[in-house]
Amino acid sequence: MRTADFIAFNLKLIERQRLRSAMLLAAIAISVMAINLLTGIGEGGKQFVLGEFNLLGKNVLIMLPGKKETTGGIPPLTGEATRDLTLRDAEAIARLGNVSAVAPLIAGKMEISHDKLSREAFTIGSNRAFFDIRQLEVAQGKALPQLPFEQSQAVCVIGSKLRKALFGTKPALGQWLRASDNRFRVIGILKDKGEGLGFDMNEAIIVPVANAQALFNQAGLFRVFIELRSLDGLQKSQQRIIALLKERHEGEEDVTIITQNSLLSAFENILNTLTLAVAGIAGISMLVAGILIMNVSLIAVSQRTREIGLLKALGCPARTVALIFLSEASIMALSGALLGIVISELLLYVARGLYPTIPFTTPLWAQLGSALIATATALLFAAIPAHKAANMAPVDALLDKKARQA
Amino acid sequence: MIELRQLCRSFQIGDQCVHALEHIDLKIERGEYLSVMGPSGSGKSTLLNILGLLDTPSCGEYLLNQAATSQLSEEGRATLRREHIGFVFQSYHLIPRLTARENIELPLILAGMAPKQRKPLVDKVLTRLALTDRAAHAPNQLSGGQRQRVAIGRAIVMKPQLLLADEPTGNLDSVSGREVIELLEELNDEGITLLVVTHDQSIGERARRELKMIDGRIASDSANNTVATSTAP
Repeated sequence: MRTADFIAFNLKLIERQRLRSAMLLAAIAISVMAINLLTGIGEGGKQFVLGEFNLLGKNVLIMLPGKKETTGGIPPLTGEATRDLTLRDAEAIARLGNVSAVAPLIAGKMEISHDKLSREAFTIGSNRAFFDIRQLEVAQGKALPQLPFEQSQAVCVIGSKLRKALFGTKPALGQWLRASDNRFRVIGILKDKGEGLGFDMNEAIIVPVANAQALFNQAGLFRVFIELRSLDGLQKSQQRIIALLKERHEGEEDVTIITQNSLLSAFENILNTLTLAVAGIAGISMLVAGILIMNVSLIAVSQRTREIGLLKALGCPARTVALIFLSEASIMALSGALLGIVISELLLYVARGLYPTIPFTTPLWAQLGSALIATATALLFAAIPAHKAANMAPVDALLDKKARQA
Repeated sequence: MIELRQLCRSFQIGDQCVHALEHIDLKIERGEYLSVMGPSGSGKSTLLNILGLLDTPSCGEYLLNQAATSQLSEEGRATLRREHIGFVFQSYHLIPRLTARENIELPLILAGMAPKQRKPLVDKVLTRLALTDRAAHAPNQLSGGQRQRVAIGRAIVMKPQLLLADEPTGNLDSVSGREVIELLEELNDEGITLLVVTHDQSIGERARRELKMIDGRIASDSANNTVATSTAP
């Protein structure tokens, strides 16, 4: 029997049993969709997080107050230490040989107001180097000026959303903002950049670090970004920084340095596990679809016993009888898989529209894999019924008493 | 063309052994027209199934075209069925979702013939059976006589040497039944070997050679009146 004839023969069958075929198609489509959708979301989340960390250059170290004793897992994002990390510490680090820039960071939420409008905004105290290290670009005006760490100046750079919330369509540059008892002149507006790992820079306000210390009434730094001149001495520079801090902190090693690589690999491990777990859950739905296929095929074999008998009487070899059932299952599986992939792509397209910053995309391996698994499952589960049909004795099949006469 | 030698067929039903066919000896020449008659349970359908290679004998030998068939696998028997034997059933055995044309075309499809080669063959059969204007109809849109003609068309489209008909008029009124049997006889006139199993006396008597079966034996054979007694053990 020719391939085209197998397809034509099965299409007539599928068309005749519309409801049954539709249900089967839906079962396969849903399981394929589940795999694609869940891996799409998992991958999107992973790419999003990795993308966030990639915003920092490879040659940037992050220093947190507090010492992390264990290895593996996620490094502590909020350090705890008895001794503060101070601006003087940051200055001392900046004087080290391989260090090209240091950005101290203080952050917190603060009520920011202009005229009668106010908004609780994420307030960051840092310096000019922060803009370079975090790759922040200014759409209007300019970045924070180059200042000694401990010098304050009543200026700020604000995110585009915050600008819109406080100024609407009116110009913001040169205007004054109020934050508790302090006033800041707006000197720059950030380019729209989207979320940045928990803090949305579009809603942030950036002020000189010394002003932030006053604002929050806090001397200790939240963290310090350290940019190295070259990657070559990374290990050595890290040790030198630790040694320096230890010396400055009376012999106590109470800071943690995170490299981008260690952070990335920790997150990547977790996120990969998550994606796999999610794919596994989707795989279970495939198994359910497979069992459904088997049941439907078994019913089909007993319903079509007389037809099988006829095919055998017409000289159809057992192999062809089996192939008729297997090809029907494959046609259903492939079209179901295709349908599932199309639907999941549509849904992910919608999701990308709703959350433009998260790259929801199903990797090719998941698409091909889900189609392959669907087909393999269908074939595997249809194999038993097909085998049963193929091995029926022709005379018994023809005389199937249970069936109505055709 | 066909030779049965001491052929038996028994079935195990529960703890009872039923002998459907007992030591049958039969020779059928090419182009013969036989009828097989007998009461229910006399083994006529079993004989037809064995002649059609749908069933296998318990003992004895069946030679088709001088070749023994008892050692053949199911695949081997399928090939012989496909190439040499056509079946006509009482209940037509048409596939309801296929049109008349597609039902007739089915053996050619199963044999893997290309669509271009299939079309003229099917057209010829449709014309021969005066079914051309019903070709696109599904079986449930056809009368009983038309359905059986479609079934005959399917049986002869592969140009078999042997046509086996099991109660071909059993589900038909007398007019359609007569038409169908005349059609089968015409095919026999064209050279096909025809064997009709029937319990209808008037149809059985039309055959040139009549077999009567009782209790799994050939009780009488119009070609050889001694069969019944000589084979009795």
